[in-house]
Amino acid sequence: MSGPLPQPAEPGAASPVDPFAPIDRTGGYLGATGAAAVVAASRATPARWRLLLRKPTFLIGAGVVLFWVVCAVFGHAIAPYNPLAQQLLAANAAPSSAHWFGTDPLGRDVLSRVIVGARDILIITPLATILGTVLGTALGLAMGYLGGWFDTAVSRIIEAILALPFVIIAFLFVVAVGPSVGSITVIIGLVFTPLIARTVRAAVLVERHQDYVSASRLLGESPARVMFGEILPNIMPAVEVEFTVRLAYAVFAVATLSFLGFGIPPPTPDWGADISANYSGLLAGYWWQTLYPALALASLVVAVALIGDSIEQVLSS
Amino acid sequence: MATFLLRRLGLMVLTLWLLSLIVFFAGQILPGDPGRAVLGPFAANSAVQSLDHQLGVDRPLLTRYLTWLGGVLHGNFGTSYAYRSAVGPFVRAALINSVKLAVLAFVIVVPLGIIGGVIAALYEGRTADRVISVTGLSLSSVPEFVSGIVLIVIFGVTLKALPVTASAGAGSGDLNQFRHLILPAIPLVLVLFGYIARMARAGTIESLNSDYARTATLKGLPRTTVIRRHVLRNSLLPTITVIATQTGYLIGGLVVVETLFNYQGLGNLIYKAAVGKDFAMMEAGILVIGVVYVVATLIADVLLTLLNPRLRLGGTE
Repeated sequence: MSGPLPQPAEPGAASPVDPFAPIDRTGGYLGATGAAAVVAASRATPARWRLLLRKPTFLIGAGVVLFWVVCAVFGHAIAPYNPLAQQLLAANAAPSSAHWFGTDPLGRDVLSRVIVGARDILIITPLATILGTVLGTALGLAMGYLGGWFDTAVSRIIEAILALPFVIIAFLFVVAVGPSVGSITVIIGLVFTPLIARTVRAAVLVERHQDYVSASRLLGESPARVMFGEILPNIMPAVEVEFTVRLAYAVFAVATLSFLGFGIPPPTPDWGADISANYSGLLAGYWWQTLYPALALASLVVAVALIGDSIEQVLSS
Repeated sequence: MATFLLRRLGLMVLTLWLLSLIVFFAGQILPGDPGRAVLGPFAANSAVQSLDHQLGVDRPLLTRYLTWLGGVLHGNFGTSYAYRSAVGPFVRAALINSVKLAVLAFVIVVPLGIIGGVIAALYEGRTADRVISVTGLSLSSVPEFVSGIVLIVIFGVTLKALPVTASAGAGSGDLNQFRHLILPAIPLVLVLFGYIARMARAGTIESLNSDYARTATLKGLPRTTVIRRHVLRNSLLPTITVIATQTGYLIGGLVVVETLFNYQGLGNLIYKAAVGKDFAMMEAGILVIGVVYVVATLIADVLLTLLNPRLRLGGTE
């Protein structure tokens, strides 16, 4: 092994007195993960995953998500109308037997738009969360394992970035590069990276003092091999919990961007964008144009959050 | 204690400086030419260039950053491209509006969240706990505009009980203004409730299981005394940090709520400035958010230290 060994970081540096401690500076606005997830996940066993199937919150969440996945995949086949077809003579029609959820100001069928609108959000959120988890895990591993000035510098930068609400960072980037499925995925992934990096860093700090890490270093393994070959498998459960919890916030983030007009451009059906386009009609009494997409969004995001919470609980029980 | 404060202050200055860099360069990645944005697509190129020169946006990046930073340190946030006047008064007025809304949300949610969390902890694992925990989790994962829409439909459109715009209009009384703020505050309350309750619950459960709580019970104190005098005093400390750090989230949530309810606050100001490429306005708004957040976190840390004798006397827990 060439060069000096990386200096071990302070063990258990989690007191609020230590300014470098991995306190959850999001104050949990992106979930009570962090240290809890680390501790929780260190006890994962395959048997615990089976416990999930006995949790009602998990089953309800999984059922709802499955329903929306079916809508996303077979949306155009299930939808009673073409979600883009305009019937200007039937504009703003109240819910009826022909249009269960009514029609929007362009006469498009709200039910069809709700069904097909599940697609883009269900493509963007998992991909963005995977991207954020992969980048965040790599960065967190490097911060926790290499320590030293690299860790200090990156920690300060992360702290400064997290002083800004992620909605604002995300929409600045979207304004800069323009909204599309690809750009929103990458931007949400990048916004999540520092958050996930911090949790992973905390997990690495626990692991790096274990004997197996010293042993593999003494065997002459390269830092990259120790990080990804030795430490990563041991913190994998923490990464998995982090992933499931962030997934709910990705839905939250994507929907919020859509609502602010930085999401999928029209006329593609999208819940957040449809709400944003039609909520001025609320005062005129056209509640169905916004309420149904809002309820669809609420059901998806609550379902994803329930799944994430069940997984976290099962791992920590 | 004094060294701790000095160290925290030093780090705060460092974070703020990094923040100023991020904010300034985030403004630079936005595409578009301020001169063009002000004069419109049909203005002559020479006019655009001379306006750019007048605004100073054709100078090198570093010069502009230093000029901007110098101005900010002197309390001069620059000139709005869109309004052609100093940014300061706009930001100040918006900040005051946002603070009103945020304070109302906090006044409602802090007692609710703490009571909810403590009740959940006292009935850990029983029905009351599950109801509070699952409700809190579900509510905090629903985006503010979704709950806002549902509230508008119920209270504004169906019951006609509350006004659906946040601004009461000039010259209306304080009580009327307050009535207009109730509906916009509720989505913020719903999102925050889950986090505060979760922290209060975790803290209470931890102190209920502690040695000192057991000792207090075993020496024959009534349960209410144990909870009031021994458990709650310890369990609510971490909750203070969470509440303070929620200010960061709160402002992100304000962007959405203020847009939905058309309220002239800081979130709305940044949103409009970003869309209209009014860089000076946007940078000032974002910087103010960052400063508020960093200062709130500092206050939380100091408060936590003051309230915890173990930390106050120099220990590290």
